[in-house]
Amino acid sequence: MNARQELLDQIRAIEFMTVDLNLYLDTHPCDMRALNEYNMYTQQLMALKSQYERQYGPLSNFGTAINQGRSWRWIEDPWPWEQDYWMEEC
Amino acid sequence: MWIYEKKLEYPVRIKNPNPKMAKYIITQYGGPDGELAASLRYLSQRYHMPIPEAKAALNDIGTEELAHFEMVGAMVYQLMKGASVEEIKEADAGGYFADHDSGVYPSTGTGVPFTAAYIQSKGDPIADLHENLAAEQKARATYENLIKLADDPDVIEPLRFLRAREIVHFQRFGEVLEKIEEYLNSKKYF
Repeated sequence: MNARQELLDQIRAIEFMTVDLNLYLDTHPCDMRALNEYNMYTQQLMALKSQYERQYGPLSNFGTAINQGRSWRWIEDPWPWEQDYWMEEC
Repeated sequence: MWIYEKKLEYPVRIKNPNPKMAKYIITQYGGPDGELAASLRYLSQRYHMPIPEAKAALNDIGTEELAHFEMVGAMVYQLMKGASVEEIKEADAGGYFADHDSGVYPSTGTGVPFTAAYIQSKGDPIADLHENLAAEQKARATYENLIKLADDPDVIEPLRFLRAREIVHFQRFGEVLEKIEEYLNSKKYF
């Protein structure tokens, strides 16, 4: 597994915590422990995403991430469903 | 407004093409208990939810289902990619191939195209929530059937993730239903 994939897996794991806590908080909006956990994971996630985006281009578009570099990096392969690219890059 | 994130919610990394499995899994893309139906169901029902918890849960679960729709699409794409016409014929996926080549098309495993008749949006929060509880159980059962049909760990792992999410969504919908009932009773609605 290459460094890019490893970082993306880390992002996925932390973001999964925020997704699951988000759904829990939707029906338990006053649970302070869950709120604190949500904020803690969100902070970690924001840091990891900006680290990823500096190296590999934006993870999201429409004004949610700065495009760093001299071309529009959003269109760069691979797209998430393209397993073959992940396998080739080592 | 929705923002796309250029990653899957859970990784799909299938090394070996398997058109037979693609044909089975496609039903969770465009079938009656599939992810497209789930997403459209919750995102359409949310307008008539009476309390903040319900609006948020339907909005957010409907959004997560779109991420699952993408995962299932990625699985079908990867399972079809690189399969020879011979393999497709052997897998009895020739009917699909004739219509779509290896394109990803929302339909059931037997080729019935997606239809909004799979979902209901009743304008009645109690009726809608009961439909959603059933929908999550039906999706869980479908994933369990697919896991029984699969033998490749690359296929089984994302299916297990998706199955587990159905159980969490069922739990959240149960809580939403309880809160809506409380709210309606407090308003002496009946």
